[in-house]
Amino acid sequence: MDISDLGFDIISLGHGSGGLMTRELLDSIIFKVFSNPYLDQKHDGSLIKVEGQLAVSTDSFVVSPIFFKGGNIGELAVNGTINDVAMCGAMPKYISLAFIVEEGLAVSEFVKIVKSIKNTADKCGVQIITGDTKVVERGNGDKIFINTTGFGPVHPNANIAATQIKTGDKIIINGLIAQHGMAIMSEREGLEFESSIISDTTNLNYLIWDLLERFGDKIHLLRDPTRGGLASVLSEIATDINKGVSLIEKEIPIEKQVAAACEILGLDPLYIANEGLFVAIVDSAIADEVLADMRKNDKGRNAVCIGEITNDHPAKVVLFSSIGGKRIISPMIGEQLPRIC
Amino acid sequence: MKYLSEYRDFEATKRYLELIEAAATRPWNIMEICGGQTHGLVKNGILDLLPDHVRMIHGPGCPVCVTPLNLIDKAVELLENDIIVCSFGDMVRVPGSKTSLLEAKSGGGDLRILYSPLEAVRIARENPDKEVVFFAVGFETTAPANALSVLHAQKEKLKNYSILVSHVLVPPAMEGILDDELCNIQAFLGAGHVCAIMGLEEYYPLARKYKIPIVITGFEPLDLVQGIYMAVNQLEKGTYKVENQYARVVRDEGNLDAKEVIQKVFGIGDREWRGIGKIPNSGYILNEKYKDFDAESKFGVGSILAPENPDCIAGEILRGIKKPHQCSQFGKTCNPANPLGAPMVSSEGACAAYYHYSDNLIS
Repeated sequence: MDISDLGFDIISLGHGSGGLMTRELLDSIIFKVFSNPYLDQKHDGSLIKVEGQLAVSTDSFVVSPIFFKGGNIGELAVNGTINDVAMCGAMPKYISLAFIVEEGLAVSEFVKIVKSIKNTADKCGVQIITGDTKVVERGNGDKIFINTTGFGPVHPNANIAATQIKTGDKIIINGLIAQHGMAIMSEREGLEFESSIISDTTNLNYLIWDLLERFGDKIHLLRDPTRGGLASVLSEIATDINKGVSLIEKEIPIEKQVAAACEILGLDPLYIANEGLFVAIVDSAIADEVLADMRKNDKGRNAVCIGEITNDHPAKVVLFSSIGGKRIISPMIGEQLPRIC
Repeated sequence: MKYLSEYRDFEATKRYLELIEAAATRPWNIMEICGGQTHGLVKNGILDLLPDHVRMIHGPGCPVCVTPLNLIDKAVELLENDIIVCSFGDMVRVPGSKTSLLEAKSGGGDLRILYSPLEAVRIARENPDKEVVFFAVGFETTAPANALSVLHAQKEKLKNYSILVSHVLVPPAMEGILDDELCNIQAFLGAGHVCAIMGLEEYYPLARKYKIPIVITGFEPLDLVQGIYMAVNQLEKGTYKVENQYARVVRDEGNLDAKEVIQKVFGIGDREWRGIGKIPNSGYILNEKYKDFDAESKFGVGSILAPENPDCIAGEILRGIKKPHQCSQFGKTCNPANPLGAPMVSSEGACAAYYHYSDNLIS
């Protein structure tokens, strides 16, 4: 697509009016990029066939800046929802896609995001089957917000539920923590630190599906620790199952640069957002095999067991520190704020 | 990580804990001055690893905690009057008598969270039609950068930049604590980063006057256990010297350039400490020459008063008389989502440290 042929270089209110300008935007960009049998019908919605159990998950994406090291808001909007569906033990097949664009967004940026969504969706094996585009007045948004909803059939052998978790289960994560949050942080205005930290945003659906194929219901729970980080997800789990979660600090993998940035800014990496990370709570008997399998996959090559489920300290997460002490990990309250000194 | 991982070494930390155990023949009460040290002790689980009779008492060195309530109200007032208010992060959630800065931002105020006051000068430069105020709180550690922002603004002839000053000093606070008749503190871990700026000289007369050991200490686990060991050693021997555990950062004379900048911009004056009250000569105030940069007089908010919540025992916590879990409100009506007092807000506050990291829900 040649942007100079479009005849407009910014998105304006008219593009969300529902009239001719909207049609022009859809025809010249959206339908062109995403063309598939569902969308090509240009109907109010799409009809899909469903058999068995279906997992559905929705998420809105408001990240700022919209382009960051390792990705952009469009890629994030696909991966984020795909991963949420995958965490249900399902293989995402379809997603919906809704934009809220602030007037004045450069068409070149919009097209870049749309193309990135298409690429990511192709990588994940999902089709965009319905969507919406609204434009709001300048000042009423922040360049672009995206909502996606994902749908996909649940694996026949999957039984992902907190109630499946048993004492002694192992807690496994697939990679380095705090990458995404710190990548975003490093590009925020006023923080003035330069780094090459890149977001970990990626799709986890194939890796998860492979694990379910092999280990079925021995995988008891899957969660992706996005906002609030690893600490918040594990605290929620401990409370939900009324068992203890014990973590070994020195096992939790973190890139040196990310750890250093957290130190400088006074942030705790356990509370920083991830976008390509998941927690698997698995039967202890299969933990070693799960790790070995995950490490063969590029998206799990840093997989490691970081702790286990215990009957001690019910409903609490306890971290055994590198120096042999221990501390409680509590859920995050509000936003994490940088410290004075 | 160079200069970090070495100070988080399991074996080395364990050795010092064993040394402390062997050295401490009697009960001792040691106060760590700085909130960063409290945070380090609790976050790494060191309090549980110390012998029961070596008690750590948490000091007042949390800038957020000791900033008086009325200063927060003043900052909120500025924010509500269309002034761009810039602040360090953990100051923004502390409740004033009506609202916090963060809540005032939700109400439409232009609040900027910054890491450096020099950023605020940039914002002033880029917004010539708006007034910009930096909320200059902290101990001696943040004073040089805050002072420098004033010098930069002056050099650039910026008329729309000023600072809301609430700078406090460590040595007068230590003296205040020691003069309290309820004080049971027998040694101090001095605040490493404060001394990195100021050096050691102010501490010699204190140690002599009160016959109390002062060990300037860092913030990593190994720093803390080594500092505690040095303090216990002195207590057992009956000496009261100023020692420097944090020599990799702290020089005897401090940072001379930083001190020069401070002296240029600030003079010493009385300051009110939240929870403690007014301590004479315990803080910085802008020198006459820089009065134009004083937000309090510039915007006439100097007279705002604010009453403390009577249920909050922050004063006793900050003076080391009580521990957070000894407060009847702790973890109940007072928690980080709904704090009654500042020590529950800041990550360096003793109450928040206890709430987040220790076995808070059992007590």
